[in-house]
Amino acid sequence: MTALKKFFAGGTPWIWINAGAVAISIIMTVGLLLLLAYNGLGHFWPKDLMLAQYSQPVESGEPLVREIIGERVGNEKVTAERIISSGIPVTGDRLMYERELVKIGNRDLNGSDFTWLLTDYLDNIRFPENLTAFERWEWGNFYGYVREVREVGATVAVSDPANSADTAAWDALTERVARAVAIHDEIAELEKGAIGEVNYALERLRLRQRGLELRDADTPEALATIESERAEWDSRYAVLQEQLQELYAQIERDTVVMIAMNGQETEIEVSEIVRAYQPNGMHVGSKLIVYAQKLWEFLSDDPREANTEGGIFPAIFGTVIMVLLMSVLVTPFGVIAAVYLREYARQGVITRIIRIAVNNLAGVPSIVYGVFGLGFFIYFIGAEVDQAFYAEALPAPTFGTPGMLWAALTLALLTVPVVIVSTEEGLSRIPRSLREGSLALGATKFETIWRVVLPMASPAIMTGMILAVARAAGEVAPLMLVGVVKLAPALPLDGNYPYFHLDQKFMHLGFHIYDVGFQSPNVEAARPLVFATAFLLVMITAVLNQVAVSIRNRLREKYKSLDM
Amino acid sequence: MTELPLKNTPAHPAPVAGSAFPASAATLSRRRFRHFKDKLAAVSIAIGGMSVIAAVLLIFLYLVYEVMPLFKGAVIQPISEFRLEGQAPVLHLALEERLEVGVRLGADGQAVYFDTADGEVVSSIALQIPAGQTIASFALDTDVSGIFALGLSGGDVLIAQYAYDVSFGENNARQVLPVVRYPFGESVFNLFDQQSVTKLSVRSGTGELMLAGTNEQGAVALLKASKETNLFSAFSGGSADAGWETEVATISGALPDVDQLYLDVDRRWLFAIGTTGQLSLVDVRPAFSGGTAVIEDEVALVEAGRQITAVDFLLGGISLLVGDSEGSVAQWFIVRRDGNFAIEKVRDFDAGAEDGNRVLDLSSEQRRKNFVTINDQGYVGIYNSTAHRRVAFERLSSGVPIALAVSARGDGVLIENEDGSFAFWSVENEHPEVSWEALWEKVWYENYQEPEYIWQSSAANNDFEPKYSLAPLAFGTLKAAFYALLLAAPLAVCGAIFTGYFMAPAMRRNVKPLVELMGAMPTVVLGFLAGLWLAPFLENNLLSVLSTLVLVPLSVVLAAFAWTRLPDSVRFRIPDGWEAGLLVPVIVLVCLLAPVIAGPIEVVFFAGDMRSWLTNELGIPYDQRNAMVVGLAMGFAVIPTIFSIAEDAVFTVPKQLTYGSLALGATPWQTLRRVVLPTASPGIFSALMIGMGRAVGETMIVLMATGNTPIMDANVFEGMRTLAANIAVEIPESEVASTHYRILFLAALVLFMFTFVVNTLAEIIRQRLRRKYSTI
Repeated sequence: MTALKKFFAGGTPWIWINAGAVAISIIMTVGLLLLLAYNGLGHFWPKDLMLAQYSQPVESGEPLVREIIGERVGNEKVTAERIISSGIPVTGDRLMYERELVKIGNRDLNGSDFTWLLTDYLDNIRFPENLTAFERWEWGNFYGYVREVREVGATVAVSDPANSADTAAWDALTERVARAVAIHDEIAELEKGAIGEVNYALERLRLRQRGLELRDADTPEALATIESERAEWDSRYAVLQEQLQELYAQIERDTVVMIAMNGQETEIEVSEIVRAYQPNGMHVGSKLIVYAQKLWEFLSDDPREANTEGGIFPAIFGTVIMVLLMSVLVTPFGVIAAVYLREYARQGVITRIIRIAVNNLAGVPSIVYGVFGLGFFIYFIGAEVDQAFYAEALPAPTFGTPGMLWAALTLALLTVPVVIVSTEEGLSRIPRSLREGSLALGATKFETIWRVVLPMASPAIMTGMILAVARAAGEVAPLMLVGVVKLAPALPLDGNYPYFHLDQKFMHLGFHIYDVGFQSPNVEAARPLVFATAFLLVMITAVLNQVAVSIRNRLREKYKSLDM
Repeated sequence: MTELPLKNTPAHPAPVAGSAFPASAATLSRRRFRHFKDKLAAVSIAIGGMSVIAAVLLIFLYLVYEVMPLFKGAVIQPISEFRLEGQAPVLHLALEERLEVGVRLGADGQAVYFDTADGEVVSSIALQIPAGQTIASFALDTDVSGIFALGLSGGDVLIAQYAYDVSFGENNARQVLPVVRYPFGESVFNLFDQQSVTKLSVRSGTGELMLAGTNEQGAVALLKASKETNLFSAFSGGSADAGWETEVATISGALPDVDQLYLDVDRRWLFAIGTTGQLSLVDVRPAFSGGTAVIEDEVALVEAGRQITAVDFLLGGISLLVGDSEGSVAQWFIVRRDGNFAIEKVRDFDAGAEDGNRVLDLSSEQRRKNFVTINDQGYVGIYNSTAHRRVAFERLSSGVPIALAVSARGDGVLIENEDGSFAFWSVENEHPEVSWEALWEKVWYENYQEPEYIWQSSAANNDFEPKYSLAPLAFGTLKAAFYALLLAAPLAVCGAIFTGYFMAPAMRRNVKPLVELMGAMPTVVLGFLAGLWLAPFLENNLLSVLSTLVLVPLSVVLAAFAWTRLPDSVRFRIPDGWEAGLLVPVIVLVCLLAPVIAGPIEVVFFAGDMRSWLTNELGIPYDQRNAMVVGLAMGFAVIPTIFSIAEDAVFTVPKQLTYGSLALGATPWQTLRRVVLPTASPGIFSALMIGMGRAVGETMIVLMATGNTPIMDANVFEGMRTLAANIAVEIPESEVASTHYRILFLAALVLFMFTFVVNTLAEIIRQRLRRKYSTI
């Protein structure tokens, strides 16, 4: 008893409760990272395909028996009441039942990709080696047995689904899938590259003509030049179109007959398939290869199926370009402000007001920056710019609409306090003696700053820039108003003059998460991809932050010795 | 912070003649150039520094600039004055949508269309009044439809419509051709047998028409006409009204001396206004289904001593506006009270400075809930009903006005005077819907039973009453911030105290970057996890999560006690300041155990499903995305902000103070409570304020983790909509420079001001604290 009394009187429990708060914060952070990593990275692993009998009892009569083919995604324990309320009768009087989420794919046949199954009713679970999974350009995954491969309607190879050693059709299929994917890539390159260039050139010609009309300079000669150029592009287009037709004819050569769940037979064009694999027969090594392929696809490919599948490359690219542009804009401004605060201004009322202003810039909600950017940059300045320089494109706005430049400017304004604070800290750590030495040698103040102070402060500036980049990469709310879109048809940097399209809308990792996670029609299917994107985004910001922190720490160590 | 800037002395004083270091001309000019560069840099850097203030000011001023027009009154300017000579007394005056043409319906049955620029008569069309009858009464359906009814001396009613055929001629020039149409046929409807129709009201719908009228004896008759469905009569041919099937009913019972009649938009209610200002609310529906019309309510529209001088419906046909002889206008509509219908006065519009001047005419706009009045002194008032706001009150006529018309969009007002002169004015009135009352107070909207706070900015139909109450949004913002701080404040402050004061330096070096990492977590990721992972998880494991709230602190104290009872040989192996590390496995274990314990409890006490138990037994509604989810997710986002600043405040408490206290025999906990916390408390306070500023402005988490329904309910299991999320949702769809757009800017300004005050205060506190420390 006295021990307890003493324990409370000394204040120990309070200290431990404070410690508990730290522990909870640690658990929350680490747990969140693990959750993201598990869900995000696990998605790309080729999971085994289950074949099972599912017999659901009916109130009277024989139970409903069906065959299930699919990936086991997860399971949870639920109370009996909830199972009954979802319309499934239960046997026995247990309190909790286990149910399982199975991805059955074949959305074109089943209507949905996922189904919840009561674990109790699942039996005869097997993993036949010849069960095949297709990833398709449309309609999501397909699971089933390869029955027959056909070329221009004629049978090439046949396999017996019941015999898992019969791989004739599968072997024929794999090489045909590789061929189709190669042609698909070729088509994509043609459409995006050469044909995109023609379209772009034609649009520029149209704008040039309109510009001439606006300036009353549409002389017959000028129009004739435009017309001849247009004819040239048109003929080029005709050639490309022919090539394209040919490729389309080639890609449609092969088909494959598949047996899906419950013996349903269906014919699929090989051109629809992105990737085919038989996960149950694969050993860890080949699974790792598929894993790496899928991960690479995720990082380097365009999204498909309304962003719920495929890659996120345009989002990564858009984020990177926007962030780079932003740092070009924000760094000089932030550094100059910091230099003023630390080297030029007399410490008094003005510096205090500036510091308050900096703090306010840092504290203003990001959505307010978005509103400001939308109103001031886009509708105010952008509209003026359009009137002055892009009159030929009106009424379609060029800069009077959300775009890359305005997004970068808005975020530059948002992140400038980060650069100021960090640079100032760096400047404050440079010993006074160094400045005095430089001045004593006859350098002007500006020369001292330019040649001595700023080079020494460059790691701090770097830190500020990295922190600003990390902040900007994760910011979404203002971007929703000033430039991101769910799907940008073209990258902001490409081979068409003027190469860097400041007026273009772009995709962004953070917005991608919001859009796919919350605006997508098929949230369940998209969820793993959103987890993966979120994990990537967290990793990017975390790594950037850690780099910035370590630069800062090394800087501190360095100047500690100088201070002595 | 403590270092002073270098003194701003020129590095190169001008060389003195006979200097010890004689310089060549080239060197001198080079020096001058360097000196110039130095000056230039100083100026431009100073400008750069000031531009930070400029940026804050620019944001503020731009937001204000966008918001200001909301509070501007209307601007009225003269366009033209003209005369129309030799006209019969006016029945109705109206303006065409583009203000080019006006129409005047006269008592002689002429529809006169005239140019509003100079009063030139464009066309004068005689209405097809049957021979031998004269116009005894007039009723307008709405200016939107242009349909009106003329009560005739022989008991018949003629329905006509003033309209315009718009065509585009050469060069896309717009040509307006005035016409008169007869949408309900050119023949008349008979209301009374050979008795003059003295009072009349009309309401049209698609393929349906209702008339209410009185004769000289004061009998009230109703007529309903609907499109003929009988095939036989459609082919019977001959008569023009063969296509209309009429049904007549009379209202028996005691209606007082009827002065005016009005039918509502659903053709269900008849407002019969007596000569004494008494209004009888009559349900006419039973009269057409075999029964008799029922008087549901009777009220006095005006106080004794006042007369009703002008009545009109507001846009939408729900609210009745009643102007009286003392110059005030009241808005009335029907509400349901305990299953009965009653007509109630919703609000009054005061007459302003010109008390005692009778309202002569009233006219409503056709796009907004605005109306215009004119009094006998020629003063025109422009009002918005929802905002309860008088936008303008100006004397626009020097004569004796007899009729008033306002254009569809409210951008023009036409006044006719007794002497046949007309005054035509343009009105610039962009944002009448906004007032302090409309934004922040309870407003009694049409079709509502009582005043309420509602945000509903748009709807599909044209006569929608926009509801711009910021109150539910501000409430939602504070609610989200409150629940976030409920989680974040104790965790962050306690954590900061432990980290800043007790924690071993080696562990602190690892914990601080971890918290910074936590702070760098993009909020969109937190929002996504909250919405798609945490919300369903919480819904299924509500009890487990709630039980950890109790179990975790309990287990921490238990673990602490157990630790003190351990033999010293074990305890001394881990030095002081590592308690947090020891607790990590304990808390993880508790969290893993919680569902195991909670499952059976849920079955026994909460019927197996706590969520439905809450709803069924306690009547607490449960949304999947609710304030608790937001609190947890946003709490996570706010913890690092509060933690860093509070930890800084605790850690920088001068060491000599704590050492002194410890040397005098105080325990570490006593030192913390009596020395460290009082010294650091301003810093901790400022940390909490900055944390709150962050929570108030956070957008993505709230957007993704709540249902975004603008309700005002403190229930932790229901969602909310915050100012920030509302902006993000609605601004991309709002029309630039519209009232809605500017109100969203106002919301942004409110957020800006709020965080400005909070951050400035916090920064001033911190600056003070820093100076205090530097003197110790």
